[in-house]
Amino acid sequence: MVQVNMQSHILGANELLARKNRSLFGGNKVLALNLMSSPGSGKTTILERTIETLGDKIKIGVIEGDLYTDQDAQRIEKKGVRVVQINTEGTCHLDAGMVGKAYETLSTAELDLVFIENVGNLVCPAEFDLGEDFRVVVISITEGNDKVLKYPLIFREAKVVLVNKIDLIDYTDFSMDRFINDLRQVNPSAQVFEVSGRTGEGINNWSDFLLREVRTKQSNLT
Amino acid sequence: MHELSIIQSVVDTVRDSAQENGIKRVNKVKLVIGKMTMALPDSLQFAFEAIVIDEMFENAVLEIEEREITCECSSCQHCFQVDDAYRFICPNCGHDRVDIIGGRELYIDYFEGDEDIDGTS
Repeated sequence: MVQVNMQSHILGANELLARKNRSLFGGNKVLALNLMSSPGSGKTTILERTIETLGDKIKIGVIEGDLYTDQDAQRIEKKGVRVVQINTEGTCHLDAGMVGKAYETLSTAELDLVFIENVGNLVCPAEFDLGEDFRVVVISITEGNDKVLKYPLIFREAKVVLVNKIDLIDYTDFSMDRFINDLRQVNPSAQVFEVSGRTGEGINNWSDFLLREVRTKQSNLT
Repeated sequence: MHELSIIQSVVDTVRDSAQENGIKRVNKVKLVIGKMTMALPDSLQFAFEAIVIDEMFENAVLEIEEREITCECSSCQHCFQVDDAYRFICPNCGHDRVDIIGGRELYIDYFEGDEDIDGTS
């Protein structure tokens, strides 16, 4: 009987590729965001609204993760920004390798901001570093109050939480106080924006924040 | 269900290392998994049984050591464990800047095997 000690990080290969992506994003002075949520929480609609607001101020590219379809990519393309589709063919998350390849296609354009729209899932994407500058989690109020404590990792690792479908809050039992309370104990420093992709409420605040983040990254690198 | 891709990666890594070390048959693979990862031990066991069909892993068992979520307060340096309520706030001084120092583990600790296929080595 032989014992072989490994102490080998299971996602080590992904970590390496994520570091490579991060240095590419830095070299190109592009802010890269990893956008994560459950299916149907409104990531694509928020992206459409954000592109409408920021599209004439900065150059935006989108990497669209989807299991099989390119429906979301088609919606984004109509907004006049560069978009690359990744079909994961059933894999429940994007990994750094997939993003690196997609970014090669995108990076021929000089971009200020790249959104990486992950596969709709609150579990698996949380484990995979894509090389992003920071993570944004979208939660819609129709999903209920229990999501933060059921999926603590994804909320712990987020810099920004967008609470979407705020226009529907009076029709649900969602308690914003309880949500904020749960979020604060898991992640005290997360920034929260209440938004509605449908009505556009809150999108300006979120977009202003993004613009500041883009400028901050660019000025830190010059 | 990313447990399947985690196990695929584990099996690939162990197979490569077994070949390098002249090991023909793997008897046990030991993983360390923190409770702050989103990998569920039961799903990992299931994936291991589902994915492992070749001779090298025929009789291999998967052992998983779970690690608690442990934090250190950046104000008073108090170390504490976080339970299922996921309260990342220092119970000693109430400070909310805490570093996770345990619970994110996701690694292969070791594996055991035999250099002969009949296990006589």
